[in-house]
Amino acid sequence: MSSQHPGHESAFEPHHAHSHPGDAAGHGSFKSYMTGFILSVILTAIPFWLVMGGVLDSKLLTAVLVMGIGVVQIVVHVIYFLHMNARSEGGWTLMALIFTIIIVGIALAGSLWVMHHLNTNMMPMTHEMMKNMP
Amino acid sequence: MSQTQVQETEKPQFYLTEEHHPEHSTMLGFWLYLMSDCLIFAVLFATHGVVGRNYAAGPSPADLFDLGLVAFNTAMLLLSSITYGFAMLQMERNAKMETLFWLGVTGVFGAIFLAVELYEFYHLLHEGAGPTRSAFLSSFFTLVGTHGLHVTFGIIWLITLMVQVKKHGLNPENRRRLMCLSMFWHFLDVIWIGVFSFVYLLGVLG
Repeated sequence: MSSQHPGHESAFEPHHAHSHPGDAAGHGSFKSYMTGFILSVILTAIPFWLVMGGVLDSKLLTAVLVMGIGVVQIVVHVIYFLHMNARSEGGWTLMALIFTIIIVGIALAGSLWVMHHLNTNMMPMTHEMMKNMP
Repeated sequence: MSQTQVQETEKPQFYLTEEHHPEHSTMLGFWLYLMSDCLIFAVLFATHGVVGRNYAAGPSPADLFDLGLVAFNTAMLLLSSITYGFAMLQMERNAKMETLFWLGVTGVFGAIFLAVELYEFYHLLHEGAGPTRSAFLSSFFTLVGTHGLHVTFGIIWLITLMVQVKKHGLNPENRRRLMCLSMFWHFLDVIWIGVFSFVYLLGVLG
């Protein structure tokens, strides 16, 4: 009996989504938009303040913080402005997003990693060779 | 004989009625487009990450970028995101004029963003720091220019939709289009987060 219930529910879901087209695609409320906006303002102000004010002595720590806060802000935007959740479109938008993040991760990390090693393993160039470069 | 023929001709009717798909499948399709667009930007970001430090004895980001201007531009794009959100909330309430008003405000913020970006590009070119100067500037102009081009088409799309809404009202078709543009517009803001963090702030940091 209990195993029948989930199947029954999911069979009804498309019908429900169809009868209220607005509900399925996900909309924010005024509150969620404002939450996202205020969070974004804070998360934008901090990295600009860190770099423009020269707050931290360590460049590496500043760079890590700027990129980390940037990632957090992207997550905030995706949740509050793009209304991403595990339920929209039966989970397919989230699937596509995860797939894209994996590909983007491979492309970014792979490129930087490979090209960094290429750079360090390059034959040292003399001044003479540099001059003759196209 | 004739009986079976009648039955056969009636058959396609069944498929025709089943042809009616739920409307929100457009949103999934558009989301997939945005994800593929995301890949384009990822490749441009990767390129900038690889060659972004090759100045060819030319100017570095710290010499060129005015972070105050970038902060202003970031604010413009963020404000345009929230005003587009307000337009969507008014659309939910079926308020046509209010929707048009907030769409207009969004368009103005977007136009200011573009104007400032074009000013920045003009300024760079004027200083001799054009895309041909160094690998860093080539990848910078490609990445930021591609984003600017997206914003340009977003504004064209926005104006088109404003005319459509004014003419035909908030019918289901226009609602669907407005929701697609909403995703597009917020997506551009997401990309801009990467641009100002990775290109401008980390560039100036050195």
